[in-house]
Amino acid sequence: MADITLTVDGKKLTVPAGTLLIEACKGAGIEVPFFCYYPNLSLQGACRMCLVEIEKMPKLQTACTTLVAEGMVVTTESDKVKQARKSMLELLLANHPLDCPVCDAGGECELQDMTFKYGAAESKFMDLKNHRDEQQWSPVVYFDRPRCILCYRCIRVCGEGMDVWSLGIQNRGPSSIIAPNKEDHLECEECGMCIDICPVGALTSGAYRYKTRPWEMKHVGTVCTHCGDGCKTTLGVRRADTGMQIVRGDNRDKSGINGEFLCIKGRYAFDFAHHPERLPQPLVKREGKLVPTTWEQAFDLIAKKFQDALTSDGPTSIGVIGSNHTSNEENYLLQKFARLVLGTNNIDHHRTADFPAFASALAGKQNTTASMRDVFSAPAVLLIGNDPTEQHPLLAWQIRSDVRLHRAKLYVVNSSAIKLHRQATSFAQIVSGSEGNFVQFLAGNDKAADSVVSPNLTREALTTLRDALKNESGLVIIFGSELRGADVKALVDFGLAQGAKFICLGDYANSRGAADMGLYPDMLPGYAPVLTATRYHEEWLDEIPPIPGMNLLQMMDAAKNGKLKALYVVGSNPIARNNIDPFALSKSFVIVQDMFLTETASIADVVLPVANAYEKSGTYTNTSGDVQMLKKAGEFAGVRNDFECIVRIAARMGYDVHKLVPFGGAGTRADMGQTRGAQSGESDRHAVWLASHNLEPKMSPYDPTAMLDEIQRLVPGYDISRLNLLAGQDVHSQLVQITGATGMGDPALIMPANDSLFTSGTLGKFSDTLNTVYERYSPPHDLEMAADYDPQVRMGG
Amino acid sequence: MKFSDQLEQRFATMVTHYPTKRSVLVPMLLYIQDELGSLTEEAIHEIAQRVELSDLEVRNVISYYSMLRTRAVGKYNFQICTNVSCLLRGAEDIFEQCKKKLGVGNKQTTSDGLFYLEEVECIGACSWAPAMMMNYEFVENLTAAKIDELIEGLKKKEQQ
Repeated sequence: MADITLTVDGKKLTVPAGTLLIEACKGAGIEVPFFCYYPNLSLQGACRMCLVEIEKMPKLQTACTTLVAEGMVVTTESDKVKQARKSMLELLLANHPLDCPVCDAGGECELQDMTFKYGAAESKFMDLKNHRDEQQWSPVVYFDRPRCILCYRCIRVCGEGMDVWSLGIQNRGPSSIIAPNKEDHLECEECGMCIDICPVGALTSGAYRYKTRPWEMKHVGTVCTHCGDGCKTTLGVRRADTGMQIVRGDNRDKSGINGEFLCIKGRYAFDFAHHPERLPQPLVKREGKLVPTTWEQAFDLIAKKFQDALTSDGPTSIGVIGSNHTSNEENYLLQKFARLVLGTNNIDHHRTADFPAFASALAGKQNTTASMRDVFSAPAVLLIGNDPTEQHPLLAWQIRSDVRLHRAKLYVVNSSAIKLHRQATSFAQIVSGSEGNFVQFLAGNDKAADSVVSPNLTREALTTLRDALKNESGLVIIFGSELRGADVKALVDFGLAQGAKFICLGDYANSRGAADMGLYPDMLPGYAPVLTATRYHEEWLDEIPPIPGMNLLQMMDAAKNGKLKALYVVGSNPIARNNIDPFALSKSFVIVQDMFLTETASIADVVLPVANAYEKSGTYTNTSGDVQMLKKAGEFAGVRNDFECIVRIAARMGYDVHKLVPFGGAGTRADMGQTRGAQSGESDRHAVWLASHNLEPKMSPYDPTAMLDEIQRLVPGYDISRLNLLAGQDVHSQLVQITGATGMGDPALIMPANDSLFTSGTLGKFSDTLNTVYERYSPPHDLEMAADYDPQVRMGG
Repeated sequence: MKFSDQLEQRFATMVTHYPTKRSVLVPMLLYIQDELGSLTEEAIHEIAQRVELSDLEVRNVISYYSMLRTRAVGKYNFQICTNVSCLLRGAEDIFEQCKKKLGVGNKQTTSDGLFYLEEVECIGACSWAPAMMMNYEFVENLTAAKIDELIEGLKKKEQQ
């Protein structure tokens, strides 16, 4: 659109036509105060705080509803404007309780800030305050009616933003009140967006209210550890007896890929970290019982058992299972540990998506994966399978926002009418389980349509859909774990032909990272097959065992047959997730690193209590391949992080940790290379790479950034801007393969987590807040239950 | 829930008059209220579904308009105007007379459920002040005697 020139406070601004005056001012660094205005939500014009003087207009105008016009002359801070704002504040404060000393929002309240700025603290009104008691609307949402200033932001973000529409306005004029959808309580997605967006303390969080004051916490922006979307959550931490306790989660800095958004898990489900059942010290099995031990004894025992197994039965008798919640550095280290220290390729993890098939189908083509940010601005989106509203709340938000703000076309193909069909331009309800056939139909196989059509979907509609998709440019194709193997390949081929970008949906916070870092028996980091010669072989002195190892289920079978002498489980719970009979592991020496006595940990021989993602640094890769840095927020006395545990075990086994983690001034195995220069042949490649990237050699073997150095140097796609990572930004990684590996991975091993909005695997099981909400929406059934029924296990571990 | 045949027919025609379904909400609420005496939970749910809104949104509209109500009032709804024109011509006395005669206060229903008394803003009958509305009918140039007569008449009518 054409540009428009206007003058604001004597400054000449040039902005595109159609810009709101308030936005034009903001862009020029001129602050116009507001309560009811909110970017990307519909306009309200209710609070009158943004009144400005515009030349030739007789009255003050609201900057939030006025569009810029050519030659407009605006004054944002004149005496008249100041007086108007001050009066507005006086009226707002007339019935405001002024209980700021005990209000949750005290110190972070927009009304306080404005009053501070415009000085309307003295009240001319003598009327009695109209008091109402606070109301609990849900386990996590409380409403203090007298504090409300009726900006209607909560109503708009709930309706327009979340498509939940559970807040409304009742009565009118001065007696208006915000009302929940079920008379006296809310029935909604419990995202808490209304609390974040409330400019005052009218809506407060059940998980945080009256616990502390904002200035008594330290605020750390880190990556949420629940689903695979990688939202940034700001954790407020405060010192407690057991370390730094997380007391609040919210979306304070709004700098993450999630923008304004945060769901219930990122906001409230941090409380697992201080759950009373959290393990504070290592446990070892003595006479059939797990009893506390010291770290030294635990490490010694583990190293001895690994050595024993290696001596008696060789490397193939040891198995390693990695995690979807540990950092990239830990995953990379774990597979390196398995391959170099233990000498086995028996390493796997709980797979939730067919990332290998995806990487293989893309075959190293650049710019073919979409980032989470891309979804917000894509002209068209095709969603096959999955239910993002439940399983990928941020993705659902991005899609909704894209449709609402950019009028993007959304094509939904799903076996059930998932909530996103409300935004869909076209919704095809296919027969359950026929996602693969649908893709084959897209790819041109007309016969495949036979099993896709249903009473809800005719053959003609399918053909129309295919034609429409073929005409979409800038399409982002998003698919769930319903598509695997050859179907992924067919879909990628279909999309690549028209320049589409893809997102493959996996279930946990770092499942993509686990896959990228090579937690596979047949693939090294970057999906490089173990059988072909790779950069890793070169760097790691050909210590990689030459045969593919056993996958998770094969390891369990081997354990059952007594062939697996030792099993090293890092942050995973295969017994619950993969329905393994606990007795299958009775013949193996089982080492578990976890926060809790999970189903797997409780049958282990040694349990090492470890830190969670909120308590360490490292990087996570979300399901769309955006890499972000974790920042340490919480602390729990007694635990260590997985990284340290792995390094210490390797050291106890007599392995040179310099070869495992490239740390220290000497780099991996030579000097820094300065004496000979980068090109002089013998120099240490890692040190040269570090020097050329202006990075410091890491001084401790427990420093995950030392591992990140190696990851960035060796794993294709991870050679991304470290500066942006360190600055807390998300950096999109490309899925580039070393060689075009095909037929790797086994689609049958993929088990989706099927978590809902209110569940999150083991983490959810130990989050009291999440459980309270979950119970509220799933009334308990009168089940017949065993005498030893443990209500804690009800959510399936 | 089904409304009377007449109302069902009315809904069917009215809904075609507007470009979006929700526009028919306010007139329908009035007609439903006339038929049922008030807007019951069941009725709110029904109309919400028909015009594709949430129950909450329908309740938002009802609470906005003072003429829409969720609780049943008396059979005869006395709305006494006490705005300036009526006030100058003795509306307050009229209102007091009603209170005394009916034995109820503002916004109350008599125990027999016959009368509901309410003080309202201008009803646009200033030329014939003081005036009131009884359900949808105007009663103008009120005097204490006229009020007594009206109430007695209605009581008698109901006894028969």
